[in-house]
Amino acid sequence: MALAAVKKSGRLPDLSRVPAVDEVGVNERVARFQTRSIKKSSKVEALKLILSMIDLTTLEGQDTPGKVRQLCQKAIHLHDTMPGLPHVAAVCVYPTMVSVAKEVLQGHDINIASVATAFPSGMSTLSVKLDDTRMAVAAGATEIDMVISRGAFLAGDYRYVFDEIVAVKEACGDAHLKVILETGELGTLDRVRKASVLAMHAGADFIKTSTGKIQPAATMQVTLVMLQAIRDFYHDTGKMIGMKPAGGISTAKLAVHYLVMLRETLGNAWMTPEWFRFGASTLANDVLMQIVKQSTGVYQSSDYFSKD
Amino acid sequence: MSAKNQRIAVAKTYKIYIGGKFPRTESGRYFALEDKKGNVIANVCRGSRKDFRNAVVAARKAQSGWATASAYLRGQVLYRIAEMLEGRREQFVTELVLQGATQRAAEKEIDQSIDRLIYFAGWTDKYQQIFSAVNPVSSSHFNFSVLEPTGVVSMLAPEDSSLLGLISNIAPAIAGGNSCIVLASESKPLCAISFAEVLHASDVPGGVVNILTGFRAELTEYFASHMDVNAVIYCDGGKAVARTVQVLAAENIKRVIARNRLDWDSDAENPYLIRDTQEVKTTWHPIGS
Repeated sequence: MALAAVKKSGRLPDLSRVPAVDEVGVNERVARFQTRSIKKSSKVEALKLILSMIDLTTLEGQDTPGKVRQLCQKAIHLHDTMPGLPHVAAVCVYPTMVSVAKEVLQGHDINIASVATAFPSGMSTLSVKLDDTRMAVAAGATEIDMVISRGAFLAGDYRYVFDEIVAVKEACGDAHLKVILETGELGTLDRVRKASVLAMHAGADFIKTSTGKIQPAATMQVTLVMLQAIRDFYHDTGKMIGMKPAGGISTAKLAVHYLVMLRETLGNAWMTPEWFRFGASTLANDVLMQIVKQSTGVYQSSDYFSKD
Repeated sequence: MSAKNQRIAVAKTYKIYIGGKFPRTESGRYFALEDKKGNVIANVCRGSRKDFRNAVVAARKAQSGWATASAYLRGQVLYRIAEMLEGRREQFVTELVLQGATQRAAEKEIDQSIDRLIYFAGWTDKYQQIFSAVNPVSSSHFNFSVLEPTGVVSMLAPEDSSLLGLISNIAPAIAGGNSCIVLASESKPLCAISFAEVLHASDVPGGVVNILTGFRAELTEYFASHMDVNAVIYCDGGKAVARTVQVLAAENIKRVIARNRLDWDSDAENPYLIRDTQEVKTTWHPIGS
């Protein structure tokens, strides 16, 4: 087993000391975030901020270089008839598509994120996962989205999961590491909180909810629990960790609710693409339609926006 | 009467119908509907532009599936609506009377409404043959024109004919594979919401028909301007309404259909009402030299 190859670096946090999550409290808090009244000028600013935080994603078995090129063009030219729009934070693709994305995005300030480590299931040996990661980085990925071994985590083998993240982080080199917990497979909010703590201690730059391949994907509940874990980690260590909810956030309205939650949980310091991302394939167009609606007063149709 | 025998009245909450669900208006606004004597007969949702926006999203989502359902199935579903309406005729008569109709007029209106549904149910698998054409062209092409539903249709339903007029607008649009968002009569909205309940029980996929209640003056602009609406039908209002609708509809070249001089008793049993919300697709198919 490849486990022997893992360097036992870093101290595994004592997960029995991780505070229990009050599920009723989380639900109530989440409901509150959705009642904020956001007036027009703030709404426009929020929508633009959301655009700048999007990791425009395509992770399909049917992806082709053509599809990835199209996605990159979309990232560069969100909606050129509307001046003054920001560009998205990154495009997110499979490792084999990184070189294609790099070619198109040359000269643009858009990051290339690649999933790695036998995404989405993570069911492979460590050596394969490390090769996967190195390949993506070598091809030009500046951000790596890895998945944790949920099976090992659920079986209680926290050491294995921890060491795996440490090893992948090392393989990333300068690339940012986002650790996908796949909360839909963890089952309870307590486990989400534990996995978050584990990932942050192991060296994650970002923690991310989901692959998008499992339902439920990102929910406001799990995101809140993860944000709280980030906040407490920051208080303990002084280290800021980023957050990326992914999967199922497809409307501007929902994304604004997430921003409210971010603002009220972590504060202004996290309200930038450097510390918060949305993993989404169809969110961008809905946000664009809302921005155009705000400026023209007329509700929009996807017929008039390029496909994302 | 002893307290034991006194039954607390169970009044119906008239809610709007969006995407196969009955939400309250997102705006939380209501208006009181009064009978002739000034008694409040119901509190009705005063729908907002955001309700309309949500309804368009639902209608768009439902439209492609409904359009690709077979003509035969659409006919069956329309027939089913008629069956369900037949079973609840007493309720509709009561509501029509509450809104000021005589018993006799109410009975006539419900009969005609049911018959109108049957009428359009029969047309679903026939209008295509009637309106399609093979066109003579002077090149080696087989040239033919067929109808396709225009898509999402917004409707400002007739103010006076609150049931028959409503159904005479909805039925031809959905018979032809469109989805629709309807603003019910402002002064007589009860039947429209009860009709939504009938639709809900009739295998009409959620989102194919969406029914809102509210103020015309407030909502007309959005019914006409929304970029994701392909056709708009208006049935009342003078020149001012016509102008508003037509100017705003021009933005995305919506089909604009005026039905303001239609006699709902006699003029609406007509397949051209289906034709109104159809687009013509012409195909040039090369044939041997």
